[in-house]
Amino acid sequence: MQTDKILETIKMIDEECLDIRTITMGISLLDCADQDIHESCRKIEKKICTLAKDLVKVGDDISREYGIPVVNKRISVTPIAMLAAASGGDPVEYALTLERCAQKLGVNFIGGYSALVQKGYSHGDNALIESIPRALAATEHVCASVNIGSTKAGINMDAVKQMGKIIRESAELTADNNCLGAAKLVVFCNAPEDNPFMAGAFHGVGEGDCVINVGVSGPGVVRAALAKMPDDAPMNELADLIKRTAFKITRMGQMVGREASKRLGVPFGIVDLSLAPTPAIGDSVAYILEEMGLETCGAYGTTACLAMLNDAVKKGGVMAASNVGGLSGAFIPVSEDAGMIHAASKGVLTLEKLEAMTAVCSVGLDMIVVPGNTSADILSGIIADEAAIGMVNTKTTAVRIIPAIGKEVGDVLDFGGLLGSGPVVRINQENNSVFVNRGGRIPAPLQALKN
Amino acid sequence: MKAVISVIGQDRVGILAMCANVCAGHQVNVLEVSQTILDGVFSMTMSVDMDRMDITFDEFAGEFEALGIANALVIRVMNYEIFQAMHTI
Repeated sequence: MQTDKILETIKMIDEECLDIRTITMGISLLDCADQDIHESCRKIEKKICTLAKDLVKVGDDISREYGIPVVNKRISVTPIAMLAAASGGDPVEYALTLERCAQKLGVNFIGGYSALVQKGYSHGDNALIESIPRALAATEHVCASVNIGSTKAGINMDAVKQMGKIIRESAELTADNNCLGAAKLVVFCNAPEDNPFMAGAFHGVGEGDCVINVGVSGPGVVRAALAKMPDDAPMNELADLIKRTAFKITRMGQMVGREASKRLGVPFGIVDLSLAPTPAIGDSVAYILEEMGLETCGAYGTTACLAMLNDAVKKGGVMAASNVGGLSGAFIPVSEDAGMIHAASKGVLTLEKLEAMTAVCSVGLDMIVVPGNTSADILSGIIADEAAIGMVNTKTTAVRIIPAIGKEVGDVLDFGGLLGSGPVVRINQENNSVFVNRGGRIPAPLQALKN
Repeated sequence: MKAVISVIGQDRVGILAMCANVCAGHQVNVLEVSQTILDGVFSMTMSVDMDRMDITFDEFAGEFEALGIANALVIRVMNYEIFQAMHTI
């Protein structure tokens, strides 16, 4: 091994914020279903605490031995709505059980307080969704998600309407804690079932009993590589460089996932080859876009740059990993990305531009702080628009938006930690309530008829 | 298991000897050493074989970390596989 290669790796970790963002253990709770909610919770706690008892230790051991930070150790579980369907009762009891598990095991987050209602509500779904605001207010580590649409099923507009209200309530119930509830709640269209990233992780019903999924990171590494390119380098050369860099980053994920899977005795699921930013300076997806030649992220050309970045990351990463899954692409969470925060504060990065960007990248409207007086109907309208992009383009889109209760445009909501801080952005407040209150379903598009 | 010990810091007499001594003291065999000095900055990578090491990896890495702090150097011990994974297909 040449010294320069060794030093390159060390530099990526030391100076360019390369890390393994998460090792997420997916655990099926289907065998914990019980007609008695207390019994069901008891089985859940036993199963999670048995399977994941060494998760944090293994993550830390790998981090120590290989010298690469493993930032988060997380757990995702079967959508709790399915267990609530069998047991009835107040679903918040499940949330409190998951919280106890998270605290006992020392994991950073536990996801799966979820319901899948893209085509309709089954028993348990409504009770779970209605309980989300209380569950998120009563817990610290539990994350919730609801899938309200898919290319195959269309968009459940009753659920869209309901989720606008639920997001508002989640923010209101945690108003004294930076409206954190809404930051732990994702509304999906085409939700992936093997996503290791929070807040949207859950363990899909088609998955095995227990599985290890890994999410890599590394926007800083890509930016540092691009910074060495001259201003007149053509875009295809930038794309090529990103591919090569993404390959190296993803190889780390593959190696760590394989090692974690071996040490925990749990099958290795997928590597999610996402570029996930953090608020740390230099660890920003916006800076990558700016490095391509934009003064500020959000300038015209941003969508094109992001489309190229997203595609190049996948092309580079796909050969580096044996199984790719999850969200895989570039994330654009506003409050978690120093460059996005700056662009949004400057007024260059608007909600409309972000919406366009979500059409070409791997996720959706993520960690966007809107004025506290934004109505539930307007939030539902935003969800419907975003879900339509996902449905028509056969891709995952999501909405994680935070109404900053009591705050206005120009104020800042500071979540701290990896969630960062976000300026309250201006959004148009035109009335859409007739549309939102129609309910029903937007039928699946022609793209669904592939059989 | 193979590992790479990397050392970066201000150049002075005896850095290589000091690191090699710690390895020898724990039955760790040095396989390959490469070092450069650029503008007074010492940079060395040392490939080692740990199969007969008489302490745990954690203890060994900890000892080097402490040695680094005591001598104003950044010393890291990392499993060789991480480099191989990143740079070979």
